[in-house]
Amino acid sequence: MSELVAAEDVLLFVNAAVTATGQREFRSSAAAQHFSLRFVHEYVRVNYRPVYAAALALDINHHNAALIVEQLLRTPHEAGGSEAKRAEGRLIAARLALLPPQRVYRLFRSLRAAGVNNRRTRAIVRAWLAARPDPALDAVKYRPGLKAALRHVHGRPADDETGDFLFAPGRRVRYGNATLDAYRRAHYEQGALYELPFTVAEGFAARHKVPRAVFLERIAPRMTRLEQLRTARAADLTVMPLTRLALYVLSLPFAERVERRAELTHALRAAARRAAGPYAGSWGRVAAVLDDSFSSSGSAVKRRRPLAVALGCHFLLEALAAPGAYTPLWTSGGSDPLLVRPYGPTPLGLRILDALETGPDRVVIVSDGWDNAPPGLAGEVLRVWRTRLDAERRTSVVHLNPVYDAEGFDVRRLAPSVPTAGIRDAEDLAALVEIAQFAEGRTGFAELGAYLDRRVELFLKEAGG
Amino acid sequence: MTRIDLTGLDVRPAQVWGGVRIVPLVRAEPVAGLRLRRELYEGSGLATVDLGDRTTYTSYVPHGFVADWTGAGAGAGAEQGVESAAYGTVLGGEGAPPCVPVRRVHRLAKRRQGERRLRFLPLHLALDGYLALHFGGPSVVWDDWSRKALGQGLSPRAEAAYAGWAVPGLGEALRIFELHPGQCGLLLYVADALAAAFVVPHPDDYRVLHPTLVEDLYGELVHQYAYYGAQVPEFTARIRDGVGGIRTLADLRAAARQEERAWAEAHDGLMARDLLETSYAFERVYRMGDFDLFRFLPPFLRDGREQHIGELITDHKGRAAYLKTFRLSEKQIRKGHLLRRLADRDWHLEATAEDLGTTYAEVVRRIEAAGLGGLLDAHVVARRTREKEEG
Repeated sequence: MSELVAAEDVLLFVNAAVTATGQREFRSSAAAQHFSLRFVHEYVRVNYRPVYAAALALDINHHNAALIVEQLLRTPHEAGGSEAKRAEGRLIAARLALLPPQRVYRLFRSLRAAGVNNRRTRAIVRAWLAARPDPALDAVKYRPGLKAALRHVHGRPADDETGDFLFAPGRRVRYGNATLDAYRRAHYEQGALYELPFTVAEGFAARHKVPRAVFLERIAPRMTRLEQLRTARAADLTVMPLTRLALYVLSLPFAERVERRAELTHALRAAARRAAGPYAGSWGRVAAVLDDSFSSSGSAVKRRRPLAVALGCHFLLEALAAPGAYTPLWTSGGSDPLLVRPYGPTPLGLRILDALETGPDRVVIVSDGWDNAPPGLAGEVLRVWRTRLDAERRTSVVHLNPVYDAEGFDVRRLAPSVPTAGIRDAEDLAALVEIAQFAEGRTGFAELGAYLDRRVELFLKEAGG
Repeated sequence: MTRIDLTGLDVRPAQVWGGVRIVPLVRAEPVAGLRLRRELYEGSGLATVDLGDRTTYTSYVPHGFVADWTGAGAGAGAEQGVESAAYGTVLGGEGAPPCVPVRRVHRLAKRRQGERRLRFLPLHLALDGYLALHFGGPSVVWDDWSRKALGQGLSPRAEAAYAGWAVPGLGEALRIFELHPGQCGLLLYVADALAAAFVVPHPDDYRVLHPTLVEDLYGELVHQYAYYGAQVPEFTARIRDGVGGIRTLADLRAAARQEERAWAEAHDGLMARDLLETSYAFERVYRMGDFDLFRFLPPFLRDGREQHIGELITDHKGRAAYLKTFRLSEKQIRKGHLLRRLADRDWHLEATAEDLGTTYAEVVRRIEAAGLGGLLDAHVVARRTREKEEG
């Protein structure tokens, strides 16, 4: 019994760590999300510390990865022996290498605020800083973050010039390093702006009163991929990640979506094929129930996120299914994925019935789990289907939920018999479906532990190689 | 006409948030020839309305509705008889023009010269009907009543209500509510007591007017239920799959459909019964083409049933095209009941006491408890009470 409870706790934590970002959701405030997430982290950290660290090897989101690292570093005395500490350290280092630098600098700053400065922390921070590819770029782009981190761990800057740039800016008349010198010149020379990273140049552009359109045009080559997508001047949409692309498509007005239909569809299909990788076309007959009800509009800070995940899953499942054997069913009854909008109730139960009628090998439900027209019908349909009509389990049903339910400390489930997994990026769908198999309440802790160990091993090997 | 006729509106499954249950009402087809718009008023919302007969009505009025029966938007009638924008309407442009709000509203329902549309103040029309109940005061000069009561009637008459955003949980429930396609109205339950009904002629109007519910007025009872009430349970679907029940997917689908029908029947018969089966006293406020604007008062019976006041626009068959109700609290029902009984007996206290099967002192107590004590002549009442006790 306790094994099952432990397995359930772990899955609950994984779901939370994948979906929750501590931001406002459609049905709960930022404070409620934050509070709920903090509790889950503390609960798992205290009770299942090895699992808590191992979660770093899974596809959890950046917010939770940073939170886990912070919690682990704050409580070294709970870690158990030095062997366990070393294992944690390896996982932390591997995960920090994957996190975006601004997240890591924010993490270092919060460690500093919390007064965490043990030997392990210093070593990890120094190792991470040493591995940065371009210290001068970091010094310009993340100047306060880098400064705080170096001060905190008593580290040495990568070279003398960077050191002077950070801590004694008046000492040199000019810098040998091009980026550092561009930063110096940008104070009085407009041309130097365009040698700087986009975020830094933006401030200088405002100071030099460069017209926004001109500035965006000339800085475009210095932008990162996501910055290009954000300022709507991406040259090549096909290289964007799937969910980001879906968010971008949903941000466009309907007329533009219709106009650029061929281009957008092509980009989404390409991203989906890339995400599907070797699994493309291997899932047989697939039916998807995709939620485009009003609640998929998300919140002001996560605009249309659930809908974008559903849209991403639509294209990914199309790629995963055998050619021509894919049926998408939107809850609104629409059939054009490019023109979806978050509107209307969530008649999940009836849509699941429609999906089952196509006789699929797999049914994938992407929804926030608030089934309200009528409430609870989805759960009943799935229960009766499992117990009366498909007791041999010919069809596998899985529910993916993009929204963390703060009150339930988990993502919302449809029925106990249907495995539910949290999802943040549509790209992770295949891996999440694998985890979801554990959520049927029949696998013990040992199996789950073995699975986690395998993932950790794989993760560390990838990081090492 | 004595009842509210909601023919043409179908019930859909309710959505629950905390103690608030919202039941959507869906029209298969919008009502032809009538549209409803919102007219926003600037400022804090305090407005004084000139009622015409030297009385005024003062309240929180954040917006008014404009009923337009020109048939615009029906497509064919686009050329003939379509109203142009009213004087003062802002066409396009960026943002609201800076101006000083002018807050003098003339009449609760008003049609401007030559226009085929009527501006009225939602809910206030109904509330005014309740406040004006026997507003004139005693009709016969009995000496129990003070000179002020005989001279000025019940003036000034006041009632308190809560704005929607002050009712705990209501704003949130309305925000996250998922509108059904074709939805033209809703029934709002707080702690499973019917708090308000709202129906409009066209789904597009409803989409625009849905947020106005949070600015509406709700009685004390609704506020208290929301404040003290616990979460209400969802009526989740349950499919009976006993032996031989369900063998195929078609059976399963039939069972699911049956669930929906069962809910609609249960709702109309159980939850909305008091609203739909009470016989109301309707008063026509305005006649606009095929449509009539009424306001209505409940019978003020003290039988424990819920009582609503409200306003209603009906088409030529008497079906509701627009409906908005306000749930009276117990105290308000008692007050209405008392005024009705007093008026029935020409404001004679002893006769009323007989009628109610109680004593003179008790009737006086009830009048005082209803907040109408100021209308009585204290000396006469004290003397008469003493006489009764001695005799």
